[in-house]
Amino acid sequence: VSTLVFLEHHGNELQKGSLGVLSKAASLGGDVAAALLGSDVEPLASEAGKFGAARVFVADDRALEAPLPQPRVDVLAHLVREHSFDTVLFASSVLSADVAAGLAARLDAGLNWDLTDLASEDGRLVGKRPALGDSVYVDVGWRSEPRIALVRSGTFDPVASGGQAEIVSAAVALEDFSTQARMVEQAHEESEGPSIEDADVIVAGGRGLGGPESFALVEALAKALGGAVAATRAVVDAGWYPYATQVGQTGKTVAPKLYVACGISGAIQHKVGMQGSGVVVAINKDPNAPIFEYCDLGVVGDLHEIVPKLTELVQARKAA
Amino acid sequence: MKIAVCVKVVPEPTAVRRIDAGTKRLDRAGEGVLNAFDVHAVEAALQLKEAEGEGEVVLVSLGPPKVLEALRKALAMGADRVLLVSDDAAAGSDLLATSLVLARALERESPDLVFLGQQASDSDGAVLWAALAERLRRPLVSQVAELTVADGKLTGKRQTEFGYDVIEAPLPVIVAVSDAINEPRYPSLKGIMGAKSKPQETLSLAELGVDAADVGEAGSKTEVLALAEPPARGDSLRIEDDGNAAERILEFLAEKRVL
Repeated sequence: VSTLVFLEHHGNELQKGSLGVLSKAASLGGDVAAALLGSDVEPLASEAGKFGAARVFVADDRALEAPLPQPRVDVLAHLVREHSFDTVLFASSVLSADVAAGLAARLDAGLNWDLTDLASEDGRLVGKRPALGDSVYVDVGWRSEPRIALVRSGTFDPVASGGQAEIVSAAVALEDFSTQARMVEQAHEESEGPSIEDADVIVAGGRGLGGPESFALVEALAKALGGAVAATRAVVDAGWYPYATQVGQTGKTVAPKLYVACGISGAIQHKVGMQGSGVVVAINKDPNAPIFEYCDLGVVGDLHEIVPKLTELVQARKAA
Repeated sequence: MKIAVCVKVVPEPTAVRRIDAGTKRLDRAGEGVLNAFDVHAVEAALQLKEAEGEGEVVLVSLGPPKVLEALRKALAMGADRVLLVSDDAAAGSDLLATSLVLARALERESPDLVFLGQQASDSDGAVLWAALAERLRRPLVSQVAELTVADGKLTGKRQTEFGYDVIEAPLPVIVAVSDAINEPRYPSLKGIMGAKSKPQETLSLAELGVDAADVGEAGSKTEVLALAEPPARGDSLRIEDDGNAAERILEFLAEKRVL
């Protein structure tokens, strides 16, 4: 088995999700390499060795500066063909999904997505994926090589194994059509607080807050717990909170150690975005809310009373 | 301006959906509906056509003949015609096979823009556009929440995990729109009445020039190996707030060592 893992980076940091996938690939064995594409990214390459890459292919080129998928397909396709990788793994993201699908079409390769586990069974790679609103778990496979997979975000934690990677320079030869799309303005890292996908604690607010002003309660609890604030689709659509904080099928997929859901009824579209969370606490005044079916502690009550009190208690405990 | 919209008819998402244990495919026997995410793509195409004051919106789909009924909703919204690729041999197509068929159908139409919705609600797939852009060798802009077309170029604002990017690409271009891009219109009575008489062309794989060996299960490079019940979550504790809920939550968090 020889596996290539696509490393996504942002703001001079390798993304936790891709390092998690890299660690998983290393645990499955075989020859594991990583691909790092961008401009002035070489300094990040050695980091990948710690998470299990024996080799890191670095394509450092101005044309790869913007996080656009098509030039990345060109570079990866070349790497896969030249080094005969039989498996290419991605941690799912807006960028990675586009790269993986473009690569599948380029290489005439099978792509499985939304995987929540990877296993080697009788010598063949099997992906596990929840389907139909996670009502059924499906084992998926590939009929040919290379096999391409997108892993659901937050699935694997990075595990530092402490290795040294060999850094190899990768060729950059781009197709004409790949460079036609151009980044006019690139999103900047939000400086305040941890991004919700990397947060160990998330406090999320839903329609049960009653109005945008009640997000102050959620923010205060998140601050006390050292966590990030998230929102549901309903309240983002209503303009109460920014899209970047949205958890769910059409937003982010998160897997914090603690997820506190305040005033969230818990539609399936929300569930798929947070069910990988460790401990889930739900506060809702409707005892029939679906979220009570998938939480560890369900509290039926008024969040406007409970949340501020909880915030004070957490603050007092941390101060002690 | 010619705009193609790739649309999919999916099982009603609120109905009980199941994967057939024998074929390991999604049971599509029930009534199908237009994938809700695709409705936003149709709306975006119609708005663009209206802004341009001229043009054509063509729906391109792959599926059995019965999907025409569900596609009529998009015609009723204002789309001009349907090109449906329908062939028994295409059943069970994965991403690779589906993108091959749709790419051939789109080549036949040579539209200025190809629109797609952000996800298929049955497969949870959000990947088709990138495979199509690759096969058609055209630029791609995905997750677009706002767009403008001027001077032969598309400018799209897209949502990523990090905020909003603005991307520009020359036509012809493949565009996947987010469902935040618009509030789709409801078909008017006149639209509904007129939908039935709009052109609906159905092509077989042979008519499209696609080899049946490259599509369906034969042409797919992925497979479903087994089905299983989802893992059960541990027992959950339920309390009613009697004034002490905050204390009990704190205790629980301490016990679980997540403070």
